[in-house]
Amino acid sequence: MCGIVGLYLKNDALRPELGRLFRPMLLEMTSRGPDSAGVAIYRDPVGDGETKFSLAHDSAAHDWQRLAADIATALEASARVRAIDTHAILVSDADESRMRARLAEAHPDVRLVGSGTSVEIFKETGLPEAVYARFELEAAGGSHIIGHTRMATESAVTTAGSHPFATGADLCLVHNGSLSNHNRLREELVRHGLAFQTDNDSEVAAAYLTWKLRQGYSLKRALEDALEELDGFYTFCIGTGDGFAVLRDPIACKHAVLAETDDWVAMATEYRAIARLPGAEGARIWEPRPRTVYSWGPDGFEGDEDDGATASSAQATTVRPAAERAAAGGVH
Amino acid sequence: MNTLDLEALGLRAVNGRLHALRPETNERRWRIENPRGAHAIACGLSSPLDVEIAGHVGFYCAGMNQRAEVTVHGHAGVGVAENMMSGVVRVKGNASQSAGATAHGGLLVIEGDASSRCGISMKGIDIVVGGSVGHMSAFMAQSGSLVVCGDAGEALGDSIYEARLYVRGEVESLGADCVEKEMRAEHREALEALLERAGIDADAGDFRRYGSARTLYHFDSDQAAAY
Amino acid sequence: MDQDTPRTLPRLSATFDPHTLSEIRRAASTGIYDIRGAGAKRPLPHFDDLLFLGASISRYPLEGYRERCGTEVVLGSRHASTPLELKIPITIAGMSFGSLSGQAKEALGRGANAAGTSTTTGDGGMTPEEREHSRLLVYQYLPSRYGMNPDDLRRADAIEVVVGQGAKPGGGGMLLGQKINARVARMRDLPEGIDQRSACRHPDWTGPDDLEIKILELREITAWEKPIFVKVGGSRPYYDTALAVKAGADVVVLDGMQGGTAATQNVFIEHVGLPTLACVRPAVQALQELDMHRKVQLVVSGGIRNGADVAKVLALGADAVSIGTAALIAMGDNDPALEGEYRALGTTAGAYDAWHAGRDPAGITTQDPELAARLDPVVAGRRLANYLKVMTLEAQTIARACGKNHLHNLEPEDLVALTVEAAAMARVPLAGTTWVPGTGI
Repeated sequence: MCGIVGLYLKNDALRPELGRLFRPMLLEMTSRGPDSAGVAIYRDPVGDGETKFSLAHDSAAHDWQRLAADIATALEASARVRAIDTHAILVSDADESRMRARLAEAHPDVRLVGSGTSVEIFKETGLPEAVYARFELEAAGGSHIIGHTRMATESAVTTAGSHPFATGADLCLVHNGSLSNHNRLREELVRHGLAFQTDNDSEVAAAYLTWKLRQGYSLKRALEDALEELDGFYTFCIGTGDGFAVLRDPIACKHAVLAETDDWVAMATEYRAIARLPGAEGARIWEPRPRTVYSWGPDGFEGDEDDGATASSAQATTVRPAAERAAAGGVH
Repeated sequence: MNTLDLEALGLRAVNGRLHALRPETNERRWRIENPRGAHAIACGLSSPLDVEIAGHVGFYCAGMNQRAEVTVHGHAGVGVAENMMSGVVRVKGNASQSAGATAHGGLLVIEGDASSRCGISMKGIDIVVGGSVGHMSAFMAQSGSLVVCGDAGEALGDSIYEARLYVRGEVESLGADCVEKEMRAEHREALEALLERAGIDADAGDFRRYGSARTLYHFDSDQAAAY
Repeated sequence: MDQDTPRTLPRLSATFDPHTLSEIRRAASTGIYDIRGAGAKRPLPHFDDLLFLGASISRYPLEGYRERCGTEVVLGSRHASTPLELKIPITIAGMSFGSLSGQAKEALGRGANAAGTSTTTGDGGMTPEEREHSRLLVYQYLPSRYGMNPDDLRRADAIEVVVGQGAKPGGGGMLLGQKINARVARMRDLPEGIDQRSACRHPDWTGPDDLEIKILELREITAWEKPIFVKVGGSRPYYDTALAVKAGADVVVLDGMQGGTAATQNVFIEHVGLPTLACVRPAVQALQELDMHRKVQLVVSGGIRNGADVAKVLALGADAVSIGTAALIAMGDNDPALEGEYRALGTTAGAYDAWHAGRDPAGITTQDPELAARLDPVVAGRRLANYLKVMTLEAQTIARACGKNHLHNLEPEDLVALTVEAAAMARVPLAGTTWVPGTGI
């Protein structure tokens, strides 16, 4: 149980302000999630052939330079690293799977929490205000950011159990709700070769999407399948390289609200998180409908149903239950 | 007109001020500024006050309202006017889910749309929605009236008892034991009165009436699937 | 074959025992699941499987009657300006007017007052008689919200947000037609004579993060005066307790599967939930880890029957217990003196659980005026007060024998277990050994 928030800047001039604008959004959700907090910020995209790896360690004094040097040597790749508190951002032209293998082999105490061309993931136990300060996020700029404040339900309060969970290159997920069939799904995903760090239901949701994407499905299709295969209550906010997507389960008990102005698009579990944004008073405000994938960014989804309410840049696809889709001839 | 700045005073001070007023007070008109989505604003009022809230509110605004008239100049979060006993709550914008939940009386007017579960478990309240309502509206609705000028989402009136539902637009689907019913003169008159009280301009003749088929009133294993 | 030839004795199956066979026949005949009242009836690990270690050479007892053994408890000290101050750590659990007669509710109030403790409303709201007869009244806030109103909220001494109960964690309430009489129907805003369906989830919040906001609203409506209890059926007591605390609860109430209900499906009662014994240590652990033990109080219910049970639950770390079924028995429910009438109903004294049918010969779980008149509230109230007194004295006797000057000073180390299951659930050693099974996990 938690608070989730997301901010996507339509106005590039606001990019240097991203961290400052987002801070009150995350902090407003503190009462919903006092146990831990995390963000995925999209900024400073790396060049062709390079990948950003978000790494974390239990200690803020970890020797990241030594790790970078080891990567450079062992993988014969470029490796430059920037440390921030218990995390580090490593940029390398090494292949992702080789990087994973090397980290597991030579640096087992380091957690790989995300990767991509622009995403950086930071998450720790503690109050959102403290977590935000540790990772110097107030001064951070970028194009978009999603965040999460956590009240642990059925799993432990640990750093690894915090959201966002990475599901692929530049892809990550934050979740408000409680799944009910995640244990069986986890076993199945393990059989398909996915690895888990926690007993957390949200990690299973993230891994499910990862698995679907690895099989070649689009994110849209993966989310549609999630509606059928994930059981329980959930509102997801998924960060993508271009923006973010929002999905609510069919029963839709976990509240979510969306807001848009000419300058930004925001999502939050509660409106009061959005109320702090400049222009919030005059923003268009609406609720995401259940079973509907909403997404922002130039690389949006092919919607075959427009939600009617979206005169915005958002594209929305309402997903009919599988049985109905099959009867109607199926839609990809 | 008294003004209270929620941002400056905090929720307890604002609600406490309103709760301290006696029913005979002549300080009847109040304006609450800077609500910024805060929760439980103007909940538990029991005097015939006139409260205007200048902005969007969070969850449970005007919860358990008695006798007061509360107007939200913006959108309302989850459970607006939940368990209201009497009085009037008006939302100029949209309302989130569970609007008017379990309420016993009074009038709730939502000029925009209401989300899912509008009027869930209602126990006598009259709700008039200028726009549409979401899925599972009037779930287990026991008594009172729900008027929807727009459309209704899936499973309208699921497991309904004796509440009366009037919908002008499309009903995506009806819930267990909810059926369309004949609109007779008495219903048209009641509907006209509700629209009039709500200040919404609509022709009662354009609405259809829905209510309980009463097949779930006595437990029968053949109906078990409906449970 | 010859009549003198030895044969094996007819043997009944343990799997297809007579009760099971009768249920299969009943199901085949009616096509409806069996509905009944009361809690889980099958044998379960329970507090009888624990024993106290009394005073010995290393530990010295207190003199009975002369050397004080305190029993008082305060519930709701965390946030409320007026917490509940009880003379004894035994409260009366939530039971509705509707499932019980007005006379029975009055008797509960009288007995609780005499003992210096509280009663609790149920799924139907607060009656004026109940408020009048009970000095300390906890008002339940349930998914159905029958009869809920702010005036009663403000008249209550505490508010109990009910997430679930032990007999049916995850289930809604149910009251069958015979008990929806005119008065009950009016209180619940339902047509007379119908079968009531109740929701299993609250209508306007789901999850502890939203419960926090709901609790805020309830506090705002009652000026932060009243303690807020959160009641949940035994299921995931460790997580549920932690979440209740995080959502802002002042008191957590845990109800194990032996906890009674007015009516629900038998299959729910017997096959969903945890034995009360298994609920306590995980809940206390959650409180301790949050540094909230004794700051957020824990009340445990579900099959509490005597002072030994009270002492054991407190020793495991709870602050108080709550009784439901036991209170009804004390007042005269299932009395053998009425055996003829039980037989006429197809049952026997001690087994009568068709409380939903409203034909209770004892006049307790009924709305029928003639039957209800059989219960004299003053007499029944006195019986309840007597019973509460005995439970308290028994608990004090045990506590003094363990050297304690207050019931709250009982601790797990005062206990041992007779069975492996009880040892594992209570996290105390098997008697005569140092072995606590399951602590590695």
